[in-house]
Amino acid sequence: MDSSSVPRNVPGAAVVHVGPGALFEGFMRVGLSGFGGVLPFARRMVVEQREWLTEEEFNEVLSLSQFLPGPNIVNVSIIIGRRFSGVMGALAATFGLMLMPMIIVLLLATVYARFAQIDTVRHAAYGVSAGAAGLVLSTGFKMARAIRGSPWQIGVAIIAFAAIGVARLPLLWVIAVMAPVSLAIAWRTRR
Amino acid sequence: MIPPVLAELALNFLVLSLLSIGGANAVIPEIQRLAVEVEHWMTNADFAQLFALSQAAPGPNVLIVSLVGWKAAGIVGAVVAMAAMCGPSSFLTYQVARVWERFREAPLRVAIQRALAPITVGLVVSSGFVLTLAVDQDWRAYVVTAITLVLTLLTRWHPLWLLVAAGCAGAAGLIQ
Repeated sequence: MDSSSVPRNVPGAAVVHVGPGALFEGFMRVGLSGFGGVLPFARRMVVEQREWLTEEEFNEVLSLSQFLPGPNIVNVSIIIGRRFSGVMGALAATFGLMLMPMIIVLLLATVYARFAQIDTVRHAAYGVSAGAAGLVLSTGFKMARAIRGSPWQIGVAIIAFAAIGVARLPLLWVIAVMAPVSLAIAWRTRR
Repeated sequence: MIPPVLAELALNFLVLSLLSIGGANAVIPEIQRLAVEVEHWMTNADFAQLFALSQAAPGPNVLIVSLVGWKAAGIVGAVVAMAAMCGPSSFLTYQVARVWERFREAPLRVAIQRALAPITVGLVVSSGFVLTLAVDQDWRAYVVTAITLVLTLLTRWHPLWLLVAAGCAGAAGLIQ
């Protein structure tokens, strides 16, 4: 297993092996603690509480998970699980992460379906939905700050928004056309 | 024999898994398009309520996928949709993590990251836009969305409290 040779940069912090059981339990806590995004809780558990990774190592993991497709936090659990315990570790971390949130959200949905006739319940859900839409918008605008200095990137973002948000084109075709074009520009303007 | 709806769930989310650059928030418009307009698993209002539930529960944003699966085909649908959404991307991540050290500084990798970043921004803003249109039925709901947006951008308040406040505004009958 390639996990036993994980180098540690911090003197005294000698975590070299984390088994599937500990990964399952640690990521289960992460899954249960986060509302509206669990990444900050993953950082706290992995870096501050358990000291499985240093801050720099965690940032490295995070940037790789954001670079690849898929839910970011799931990718984080795959990479950290693999690093310490290979395939079993990746599976344990990911199942630990998803198990309880899935049970809870399905229970919530079942309960909601039963009480949705009650006006107060329905109105509260309406309010939460309206607020949640605002949260997603703000996430998009915060991410946009990172590209504001680059005119071509702003242009690409606007075209992607027009294609998906306004014209409602299928995502597969939009990415199949836009990703190569955007990559060509990024390559030509590389520093 | 696999029920057709499970096969459709699996197929759609297997593809979506590899298209979700920027995570689950980036593919909400596509999930809504599939669930409401293409497959007719639910109405726009149903989708908006499932999204609210996924935000009100603890856990990752990707939970909306299990709720869409649940609405289409019950508990089995929830598990199938989630497994399909996480499977291909997780396999890819596992494989790339093995060789990451070698090409972390490669010019092509840096270029790919710069190429995908603006597309992700466009997709996530699209998600917020599509959700706003799906949810908000009158001007008071738009006001709630706008207030939440502005407070999230200008303050460091925890998002959960904003959702609680929006839910209370709804329950109090301020929007309906």
